[in-house]
Amino acid sequence: MYIERWQKQHGKRLDHDERVRKRQAREAHQQSKDAQNLRGLRAKLYQQKRHAEKIQMRKRIKAQEEKNVKSSAPDEPSKTPLPQYLLDRSQATNAKALSSAIKDKRKEQAAKFAVPLPKVKGISEEEMFKVVNTGKKTHKKSWKRMITKPTFVGNDFTRVNPKRERFIRPMGLRYKKANVTHPELGVTVQLPIISVKKNPQNPLYTSLGVLTKGTIVEVNVSELGLVTTSGRVVWGKYAQISNNPENDGCVNAVLLV
Amino acid sequence: MSTLVPPPTKRQKTEIAEKARLQQEIESIPDNLGSVRVQFFDQATGSATGPAVSVPVADANVKNLETLLNTLQGNEDDERVPYRFTYQSQDKDNQAIDILADLYHSLLQPGLRTTEDTISLYFTPQAVFRVKAVSRCAASIAGHGEAILATAFSPVSSSTMVTGSGDSTARVWDCDTGTPLHTLKGHTSWVLAVAYSPNGAIIATGSMDNSVRLWDAKKGQSLGGPLKGHAKWITSLAWEPYHAQETGRPRLASASKDSTVRVWDVVSKRIDIVLSGHKGSVTCVRWGGMGKIYTASHDKTIKVWDAKQGTLIQTLQAHAHRVNHLALSTDFVLRTAYHDHTKKVPEADADKVTAARKRFEQAATVNNKIVERLVSASDDFTMYLWEPESSNKPVARLLGHQKEVNHVTFSPDMAYIASAGFDNHVKLWNGRDGKFITTFRGHVGAVYQCCFSADSRLLVSSSKDTTLKVWNVRTGKLAMDLPGHKDEVFAVDWSPDGEKVGSGGKDKAVRIWRN
Repeated sequence: MYIERWQKQHGKRLDHDERVRKRQAREAHQQSKDAQNLRGLRAKLYQQKRHAEKIQMRKRIKAQEEKNVKSSAPDEPSKTPLPQYLLDRSQATNAKALSSAIKDKRKEQAAKFAVPLPKVKGISEEEMFKVVNTGKKTHKKSWKRMITKPTFVGNDFTRVNPKRERFIRPMGLRYKKANVTHPELGVTVQLPIISVKKNPQNPLYTSLGVLTKGTIVEVNVSELGLVTTSGRVVWGKYAQISNNPENDGCVNAVLLV
Repeated sequence: MSTLVPPPTKRQKTEIAEKARLQQEIESIPDNLGSVRVQFFDQATGSATGPAVSVPVADANVKNLETLLNTLQGNEDDERVPYRFTYQSQDKDNQAIDILADLYHSLLQPGLRTTEDTISLYFTPQAVFRVKAVSRCAASIAGHGEAILATAFSPVSSSTMVTGSGDSTARVWDCDTGTPLHTLKGHTSWVLAVAYSPNGAIIATGSMDNSVRLWDAKKGQSLGGPLKGHAKWITSLAWEPYHAQETGRPRLASASKDSTVRVWDVVSKRIDIVLSGHKGSVTCVRWGGMGKIYTASHDKTIKVWDAKQGTLIQTLQAHAHRVNHLALSTDFVLRTAYHDHTKKVPEADADKVTAARKRFEQAATVNNKIVERLVSASDDFTMYLWEPESSNKPVARLLGHQKEVNHVTFSPDMAYIASAGFDNHVKLWNGRDGKFITTFRGHVGAVYQCCFSADSRLLVSSSKDTTLKVWNVRTGKLAMDLPGHKDEVFAVDWSPDGEKVGSGGKDKAVRIWRN
């Protein structure tokens, strides 16, 4: 503030720009020194800051690289016949490819009931639930079960009275989105989960919305713009979870087509 | 749970519904307004029809005005014509308002005019016939081996249609029986454009193999070899309007990716004129009824050429990105020439030309002047409305689409413009001043093409979401949803007599829809 005021009254130092340039040039040295020598909480905060900065930097570099890519042979028309008005356009074919492949596959009725992961390892109740003691004074003996696995909690979920609540689904382990891969095309899209349809371990887990490997979830595909042959818009499709979400920190799924 | 109110009984529900229905109808005209003086003018000539008439405000709705005007003009009972009324203020701003239901709600209630004034109403006759919305798939015909890229009905009747396909053939279909008539083989690559000549005798096809071919529409035989000359593929075809043709020497214009337009003499199969001047691929060509050729190009310009000499008359510049499509207000009459809804075809050739010219002039005359308006759709998400005859500047800029506008058409009566965009919407605009009217929402994929019915009361649109949808122009609502195609629908056309709609797309099947 006072610096700005001073600069407005008297102007900048004559060597101001030079000093700024030098400071910027030495910035890397200062950062390196800090990174090596800071200790304790300051070091932790500093690393966090650097981490965030580096992520931003990588993103920027990547964006720049993508921008610089020359489109390959714009004059080369596609192999599939296209009408005149689509000929000179580069098309976002992801969703479309997905949609037509789904339709092709749907014709094969046999594929309807096959899932990519037919068998999963069982999970014991001990592993799934942790006991939490609750209550105070007269109710010291009451206890609840906390689910130790990632869960999906629907938008319409309202909590009941905490006293009546028997299962705790930790906030930190809740997921709303899944990275859904199309098995043949290898296209991956992040889609919102609508509901958990079937947890192979236990029907109770299905109703609790536990996300473990092999669970069938319904995902929202409305943004792909798929339409059934009868003209209705498709918005929910099933997918099977293909990873261990508790180990990976994300939900990956394979679309059932 | 004694606090819960029980759900309403059926009787209560019907009472509520009845009340709601009655409440909507209350919007009526107050009957204490006396009468208003109305003067009718003919939109085509601009001259007054009959004396100013005093009409009770309470009764001044479109239906009654129609009856009154019919009486004023002395039309017999069996030749009554439906009219559309437009109010035009005499002030400088010269605004025009369509009378939708009655004078009270359109003019008096908004305070544009009072009952003291004489109201001048311009009338235009509407189509005396009515096209029914297509509602079912009459036939799904397999035959093409690849996606269908273009389709066109014969101007003569709705019983024949031609489609161009990715299997490098064009096929002519008998739409009454749903069977193939002819297969037009000859091209060596995709057939991108098809066009019937205005008299319905010749079919022209333009292809990815850089050539144009001509076919006898009746026999399905090739008329000579390919018309070679273009260096890149053909994007669009336009026939010379019937009334402008030299006798026995029709011409055809073809636009190409190689940024030229070539005008071919159809009989001698030679190039008549080459229109070069565009700097990018020419996307669309239109041949106007007054001896002008309009071309749109990727170089952001629209050029107007003299069809006789082949000289450049005008360059219309306003778009900020490639121009995708053009539509003329007279497209429909030029396409159908002397074929009208009565299906009476004159015998002699001279009579045909006269009939075609009369039809064109009748449709295009506004205030004793032949006006040909042009609308252009572009990748810059906008459209421009032009009147190339009077000015190099656009009449209006049509803003509203949120993605590229792919297709644009004028309604046969020139009152409306419909535009189809990649933003899943079809938008309707006023054909006179380019004012926005309504958006047809319903498609969930990019809309590729749209087409008006012959009476301008319905619109059909084809989309990437595999459906066709029929829209009611007046109410702005969905009239009919036509699912059935198994993949994107690339091309759609409504037959000039309004009987059938033909469509084709990526699922290789031609579908014919009827009411």
